[in-house]
Amino acid sequence: MGRYTLRRLLQLVPVFLGTTFIVYFLVWGLSDDPFAGKCGQRACSASYVAEMTQRYNLDDPLIVQYLKYLGSLLTGDFGQTFSGTEVSTLIANAYPITIKLALVAVAIEAVIGIAAGVLTGLRGRGFVDNLVLVSTLVLIALPVFVTGLVLRQVLGVELGWIRPSVPNNPTIGQLFIPGLVLGSLSMAYIARLTRTSLVENKRADFVRTAVAKGLPRRRVVGVHMLRNSLIPVVTFLGYDIGALMGGAILTEGVFNIRGIGGLVFRGIQQQDTATVVGIVALLVIVFLLANLIVDLLYAVLDPRIRYD
Amino acid sequence: MSLRRLVTLVAGVLAVALVATACGGGGGDDQNASTISSEWGEPENPLIPGNTTEQNGGDVIDALFAGLVKYDVNTGRPSNEVADSITTTDNKTFTIRIKPGWTFHDGTPVTAQSFVDSWNWTASGPNAAQAQSFMEKIDGYDEVSTEAPTAPTMRGLRVVDPQTFTVTLKAPFTIFPLTLGYSAYYPMPQAFFQNRQAWEDRPIGNGEFRFDSRTPNQSLTLVRNDQYAGQDKAQVQRIQFRVYSELQTAYDDVISGNLDHVRAIPSAALGGGRWRQDLGAGAHQKEGLVTDSLGFPLYDPRFANPLVRQAISMAIDRRTIVDQIFGGVYTPASGYATAAAQGFVPGQCGELCTYNPDRARQLLAQAGGFQGPLTLTANSDGGHDPYMQAVANSIRQTLGIDARYTPVPSFQEQRRLANSQGFTGLFRNGWQGDYPDIETFLTQLYRTGASSNDYGYSNPAVDAALSAADQAPTVQAADQGYAAAERLVLADMPNIPLWSRPVIYGNSSRVASAEHNPLNRQVTSTYALNPQG
Repeated sequence: MGRYTLRRLLQLVPVFLGTTFIVYFLVWGLSDDPFAGKCGQRACSASYVAEMTQRYNLDDPLIVQYLKYLGSLLTGDFGQTFSGTEVSTLIANAYPITIKLALVAVAIEAVIGIAAGVLTGLRGRGFVDNLVLVSTLVLIALPVFVTGLVLRQVLGVELGWIRPSVPNNPTIGQLFIPGLVLGSLSMAYIARLTRTSLVENKRADFVRTAVAKGLPRRRVVGVHMLRNSLIPVVTFLGYDIGALMGGAILTEGVFNIRGIGGLVFRGIQQQDTATVVGIVALLVIVFLLANLIVDLLYAVLDPRIRYD
Repeated sequence: MSLRRLVTLVAGVLAVALVATACGGGGGDDQNASTISSEWGEPENPLIPGNTTEQNGGDVIDALFAGLVKYDVNTGRPSNEVADSITTTDNKTFTIRIKPGWTFHDGTPVTAQSFVDSWNWTASGPNAAQAQSFMEKIDGYDEVSTEAPTAPTMRGLRVVDPQTFTVTLKAPFTIFPLTLGYSAYYPMPQAFFQNRQAWEDRPIGNGEFRFDSRTPNQSLTLVRNDQYAGQDKAQVQRIQFRVYSELQTAYDDVISGNLDHVRAIPSAALGGGRWRQDLGAGAHQKEGLVTDSLGFPLYDPRFANPLVRQAISMAIDRRTIVDQIFGGVYTPASGYATAAAQGFVPGQCGELCTYNPDRARQLLAQAGGFQGPLTLTANSDGGHDPYMQAVANSIRQTLGIDARYTPVPSFQEQRRLANSQGFTGLFRNGWQGDYPDIETFLTQLYRTGASSNDYGYSNPAVDAALSAADQAPTVQAADQGYAAAERLVLADMPNIPLWSRPVIYGNSSRVASAEHNPLNRQVTSTYALNPQG
């Protein structure tokens, strides 16, 4: 287990270098004129271009630029945006909000999704099963921003139950509806995954043995069936946590949540390399760590899986 | 622990957390009662007057600083603010006396030197200031504006005594005093020049509000300056600028009472006049200085014939598009300037900007038709898609040519095409006047080689007419000269005027007044809350 974890952690290094370089390359590659649109409805003055070129090492070859950037990144300097704000300040302001939102979304999708899956998986065909089937279909068919805009309009503007926007230091309660919107799609997938997995395992040999041994039904379902059925669900959840930690551009936009997704989006739009690469570097690490944790969790869930 | 027990535990903790936070809301409302919150966006550059030319930074700068001249909140007419008098005998050298008693927020006095130092800083090349070109008319600008300046300061600026300085321009520019209300001309204190980084973190100005705090990408708060020397003192204790990524969310927040002021109205709410119902007395509209137009790439030989350009202009049904897409709120253009600009003459464009399908077809036939598809380009991140589509349809149906809307993804891409002369068809231009005079719609756009002349337009007669107007003996004569130049440009039609956008904004029911001036800048001294009953 220890060696496996170490190996996985070491793998982070090339992945980190590769992704940051590709992102760095792509952001500068977006346009051959990095100053287009930086000065309103006119071309930037020669002295502005000269000054900014020097400040961001733009006249160096790409690889040299990247290495200079990486060097300061490794000493903890994320650089500055064009508006003179430290990128590290931006991340420090935005990331707690994103983490909160991601956790709320994951909690909602896990609790509701698994509960619905277990309910339908155990009961089999019937009214509840059809209800879940139809409602998950609707959730999967609806794009997230539609769900978000509808809920904001109905609950926020028409009924006045929630604020249309989330304040800057949101409480968990204020993030409940955005979390629901964000998690709705995955919630539907989790319900279906859990159901299918349970139905499959229902007829498995080890379940029949457990029933034959005379174990109480609670134990058969709770320990033997559910624990095995949740492996694909945990894989999905782990991936989802990683993805949600990367921010949610649409949901953040609809509810004006000042998270990391909107920050990256704005950075890309304005071709602000320091912001984009800095955040992406961080997100890559978060995503890889989340996946590592999921892989380690398998061993906990399924004793047949061993690392080393 | 069995998994089910774990799930139960997680759910339980979550439920408790939800209940706890639901009860916890509602604190800290004391400050709220004396704060007006406004929709805002992150500024593109550090908050320095000479380095700010866009709206977000400009709104904060205008609250933090006071200039030599201010513009009336309703009419946009200029009047002296920090300036006591601005006099000249030849419209080339101006003597500016400033009023005594003005101080910066750090207590130091506002002197003639403050203005001269600030203007020199903005003009200096290595400072890479966005508003650098606003100093280009001052004598000595060329020596300091390059990457390696050959002079430390502009020789056209001279301090006479602590309350007086003179400005010598390269050539007479009669309306110069009127332009001095623009934020690039605001004074900065010595603290800026001593420690720029510290000053940027906490800007120090001379305006009716002081800097209080800022969380980048979230909000910025200003607090009333009780030592303010001007007449228009702040009425409200605090203003909080809140960053929104979508205008619609801010608009919904104003309607549901979570935000006090929104600086624009989303186009979805304009249609059918819904915003007036939503906002009631909080809906505001006044004449502004913003225009939309469609430029021709004159470097493309297909557009060389003025008849083709005129035909396309006359094929656009402006009235119908304004009514259907903008709820009749915008004004179809009859020239390049807007009614809020001093020197505006109505109907300058005449029949060339009037929808006339028969005449349009006739002109196009006379010019020998048009070859190939006609593309119309705009950036799709600016909300231009609906009307660009409508304009393309109008041209196609009227002239029977293959006119299509071909959006580019971002403003950056639009500017890249403009800077590299890469357009192959009509391109959208938005223009926001910098000061309320007709000149702001002409010189920067149509003079040969001007900074925003993206068409590649050059007409010696126009250049001569503009120069003559610059040097006219009186402001009135200058404005008449500019209007004459405008007629010359319109006959050439390098740029099709579409419509002017009024200044529209919305206030919540808590707000007694929160006004914009015709330049669409927030006038924070007008901000006031309703007395609480």
